[in-house]
Amino acid sequence: MSVVDLAVTSRRELNIQLHALAPNTNQTHWRVENPNGQHSLAVGLDAPVTVEIAGHAGYYCAGMNKQATVVVEGNAGVGVAENMISGMVHVKGDASQAAGATAHGGLLVIDGDASARCGISMKGVNIVVKGSIGPMSAFMAQSGTLIVLGDAGDALGDSIYEARLFVRGSVKSLGTDCVEKTLREEHKEELRELLNAAGLGDAINVDEFKRYGSSRKLYNFHVDNAAAY
Amino acid sequence: MCGIVGLFLKDQTLEPRLGSLLAGMLEVMSDRGPDSAGFAVYGSGDTDHLKLTVRGKNLEDVAQALGGPVQGKLRDSHLVLSFPKGEEKRVRAWLGCERPDIKIIGAGQRIELYKEVGLPADVAKRFDLSGMSGTHGIGHTRMATESAVTTAGAHPFSTGADQCLVHNGSLSNHRSLRRVLEPKGITFETDNDSEVAAGYLSWKLREGATLAEALESSLTDLDGFFTFVVGTESGFAVVRDPISCKPAVMAETDQYVAFGSEYRALVGLPGIENARVFEPEPARVYAWERH
Repeated sequence: MSVVDLAVTSRRELNIQLHALAPNTNQTHWRVENPNGQHSLAVGLDAPVTVEIAGHAGYYCAGMNKQATVVVEGNAGVGVAENMISGMVHVKGDASQAAGATAHGGLLVIDGDASARCGISMKGVNIVVKGSIGPMSAFMAQSGTLIVLGDAGDALGDSIYEARLFVRGSVKSLGTDCVEKTLREEHKEELRELLNAAGLGDAINVDEFKRYGSSRKLYNFHVDNAAAY
Repeated sequence: MCGIVGLFLKDQTLEPRLGSLLAGMLEVMSDRGPDSAGFAVYGSGDTDHLKLTVRGKNLEDVAQALGGPVQGKLRDSHLVLSFPKGEEKRVRAWLGCERPDIKIIGAGQRIELYKEVGLPADVAKRFDLSGMSGTHGIGHTRMATESAVTTAGAHPFSTGADQCLVHNGSLSNHRSLRRVLEPKGITFETDNDSEVAAGYLSWKLREGATLAEALESSLTDLDGFFTFVVGTESGFAVVRDPISCKPAVMAETDQYVAFGSEYRALVGLPGIENARVFEPEPARVYAWERH
């Protein structure tokens, strides 16, 4: 295991070391000590390695992640796993705003709550939040799946495209063009699969979820709205 | 951008360390606001006396010239005058008449307020923040975006006795709000939007609202982006606008409640590894009172 202590090594040096890893590296297990909320930890990784952040992380932790598994053993600041392409990011505490924003792929698991704008403009990532999510989550979400075991705040899925949203608890309000949809067997299957990937296994009853998605009324110009312009 | 911090102690044994803890928090927030910095500390005081924080040049002889029971404590460009409450009228009249160049920036039983242009660490050092003790304090590091880098534009703002506010964000309706508040006797020293927010809260408190109630109504009456940290003689409160435009992290232990724009600001606090660290929710008032 490679240990990097941020009390003595700079954050930039850490990222340089991680970026230098070859696809077939033997250094597959990294531990980052004393993160102390520093920003941009383990960003831009592109190797099948595991990086454990031993504490709270600042902004944009594991941003642009490809292939790697990044585990934050605390809270994560704004924009965790922003623009992730593949791999997995696991936050053991809470995540701040814009978790998984614009992410194209991979799996983001948040054990606690995620605050406002979780999954904003998500483009294919799968996100599992074991707690609740804040207002304006999944705003303009394009594709991918957001699963929330707790509640969702105001304006969930505003101006949503084709992302799939599943919420087990209450939804304070739905955003424009976001509607509740029927939970069919294929959706339950997807829920089971992703909950398994998030380590929740069969502990969760997928029948308890409600599904939300786009009513697709904003997709095309409607002539009745001509006067509005 | 801007950085804001606040520390409210529950454990009296930490009071001698309030200044040094706050100085550490302020310094870390230099990245968010390198232009100027300021802080307010609630230190010692009693019900019979008033403290007046003033700033300006050539302050050395002011307390002596005022004479009588007026005591002065000089810290760099700021002077804290303390005197029996009965002297307030005379002191203010003398300052207005003899030293109109001096600005009064804070008044109250326990509040002392300092602000200056420069790197936060330098500002804290100039006023010896590390040597101050108290029950609670708030601080601000400024990255000016819409008005000049001046001492007057630095936070905190104080518009009522023992009240102060720091603000990260910008308000859109401060002009109209100012026109509502001025006829009610709220006076402003600057054109700054944050000072209007402070004045608004002072007005609500004067009308009998609790600190929490005043902040609750600010959510309706203030338009714009804001995270506020507010102090009163016995209280400490935080609120964010409904879309939580500006960042905020809080930590609570049995010993204290702490606020930072980023978690990094809280790293040096005692027992932070076991603190309850959370992000204050948008449009929700968090308030604490000393008993």
